[in-house]
Amino acid sequence: MAETAIQVENLSKKYDLGTAAGYKTIRESFYGIFQRDEVPKGEEFWALRDVSFEVKRGEVVGVIGRNGAGKSTLLKILSRITKPTVGSADVYGRVGSLLEVGTGFHPELTGRENIFLNGAILGMTRRDIQLKFDEIVDFSEVCKFLDTPVKRYSSGMYVRLAFAVAAHLEPDILIIDEVLAVGDATFQRKCIGKMDGIAEKGRTVLFVSHNMGIINQLCPVTMWLDNGKVKEIGATPQVISNYLMGVNRTISDRSMIFELNDNKLSQLIRIRLLNTARNESDVFDCSQRVTIELSYLVRRKVRGIYGYLQIMRTDQTVVMVSDSFDCGNNPMDNLSPGEHTIKISIPERTLAPGEYYVYLNFTNAESQGENIDSPGIVARFQLNDVSSKRGNQRGGYFSTLLNWELASD
Amino acid sequence: MASSSQSVVRIRPPEKWPTIDIGELWCYRELIWTLALRDIKVRYKQTALGIAWAILPPFMTMVVFNVLFGLLMGSGGRPTIQGVPYAISTFCALVPWQLFATTLDQSGKSLVLNRGLITKVYFPRIIAPIAPIVSALFDFLIALAFLFILIFGYHIFSNYSFDFSWRILSLPVLTILAIAAALSISLWAAALNAIYRDVQYALPFVIQMLMFVTPVIYPASVVLQNKPTWIVVLYGLNPMAGVVEGFRWVLFGSSTFNLVLLATSVVMTILVLCSGIIYFNRLESEFVDIV
Repeated sequence: MAETAIQVENLSKKYDLGTAAGYKTIRESFYGIFQRDEVPKGEEFWALRDVSFEVKRGEVVGVIGRNGAGKSTLLKILSRITKPTVGSADVYGRVGSLLEVGTGFHPELTGRENIFLNGAILGMTRRDIQLKFDEIVDFSEVCKFLDTPVKRYSSGMYVRLAFAVAAHLEPDILIIDEVLAVGDATFQRKCIGKMDGIAEKGRTVLFVSHNMGIINQLCPVTMWLDNGKVKEIGATPQVISNYLMGVNRTISDRSMIFELNDNKLSQLIRIRLLNTARNESDVFDCSQRVTIELSYLVRRKVRGIYGYLQIMRTDQTVVMVSDSFDCGNNPMDNLSPGEHTIKISIPERTLAPGEYYVYLNFTNAESQGENIDSPGIVARFQLNDVSSKRGNQRGGYFSTLLNWELASD
Repeated sequence: MASSSQSVVRIRPPEKWPTIDIGELWCYRELIWTLALRDIKVRYKQTALGIAWAILPPFMTMVVFNVLFGLLMGSGGRPTIQGVPYAISTFCALVPWQLFATTLDQSGKSLVLNRGLITKVYFPRIIAPIAPIVSALFDFLIALAFLFILIFGYHIFSNYSFDFSWRILSLPVLTILAIAAALSISLWAAALNAIYRDVQYALPFVIQMLMFVTPVIYPASVVLQNKPTWIVVLYGLNPMAGVVEGFRWVLFGSSTFNLVLLATSVVMTILVLCSGIIYFNRLESEFVDIV
């Protein structure tokens, strides 16, 4: 069991911003003369810097970090898409990497043809695919449309078919980037179940996600990348905990900002926790209201979107659930395109002192619960009881002060 | 799975002079085939004429020049080889030319066209310009079959008589030469196109220009008659010149077959191909970051 699967030593990757920005046409070079301040020529950017770690055979490792922390670069190097600038990585066994769902899918080809195309691109042999063909079709739930060009598929069907192929990839080492962020809730659960199965079969998995809930569920070990370096590697709950604290403690902004994804009809772009003085914070007093402020970007008007919120304790116990129907008419439904701000307030003296995670999900009620955006665990805050005598020793689930009244008859 | 777990992939910074890994390319042969199959299928999806498109462009080119030269020079004055109708002589040249032009056009743009794949999965990058060869060969075989039908038709319905010869056995060699010529230029074009998109705009134009300096719509003998050897060599620097003349020689045994021309074309092809492979390999590790 102690066999090494991935051995990474001093891995570094440098991007030369002057040229890595892409090809240059004569016109661009011309514009470059006037825009000196944009990207100074020859500026270096180290996407990864001296990263060393080891993954044992059969380990399932989560990789977390903010956008631009180097997660994708690491996965790209390990799947040989790009080469490191310095350092080395030895990978023992057949690698399957899944950096995107449906890589190489061709819109003109039928579902059946795309299964073979996508499978071959992901490194399966024709025999492999033939053997698993029925299983793949079953899993994807699109058997009726197998001979329809995928350009006529709904986005949900497309994703399901693509994931079905990928889920039947059986390499020794599986490298997965944020691919579960799309698809409807039921199918997502099915995928997670499948991934759990993959892990149980003793396969080594490296899994990148922003969804702390999924990371926590799938990966016993987690690596936290920050600014191209390994900040921490260890037991998942501890690392997630430190990461969320770290995210909120960053000097310039406590708010969490999400990567823009044009494929989403609408999405969460920022979350802030505000105290009663409307300042950002992550530590609150039990006798203060905690306001969760969401910046929500709508790209296209969709009927039936609603938000779902969970407040969890650090041991994942859900202590509170709310959705945007709670206030009578759902304010998130049918929003016009643009950026909207939504505030959710947890009244003072609701939750007991302690540490909490905020979990968010956005779903479409009208299309069988299709997930619009699943940011997952997005924030962490701490509640202190400073105004009651019992204070932080209170325990229990609530901090509501009860009335002790002497009945005078 | 126990056996596959023995394999180790060692990831290191790029070498200065990487070599081409033929063994690895062999392992990926199925991907080449799959990508080619995709191209063939996609090309004829949602078309009314379907596979006829493999024949139509060279056929129409032949017809247009046949009529044009007929009007210009009279029916007997069309540039052709002794005793062979202009239509067959030209279509015979258009078949390998089409193979060359389609391959060059598709392979030259291949890295950019397959950008989605290159940035998301690993495979030897040289597969991208190689795969279009297979789909172009598919069209080539159809056009070649049509050429024989055409020859047969002339044989029966006109006073032209086709005599079969052992030379036809060298057809595969000439076909490989045409592919090599296309690939040699494609490797340069594909790599350069990854950096400068200008290449993909220049490519159709370059292909058109090349067609006029290749003996396609006229036999080489027309321009090379009584010319000194250095002009023949200069003309042969275009790698397709030798191939196209070779096709004519194979089918019609033209007495004017020029060995110097073919030799020059072969040498040129080998030079461009080797340098192309070296250049492509040097840039290979960077494609993903610049394409």
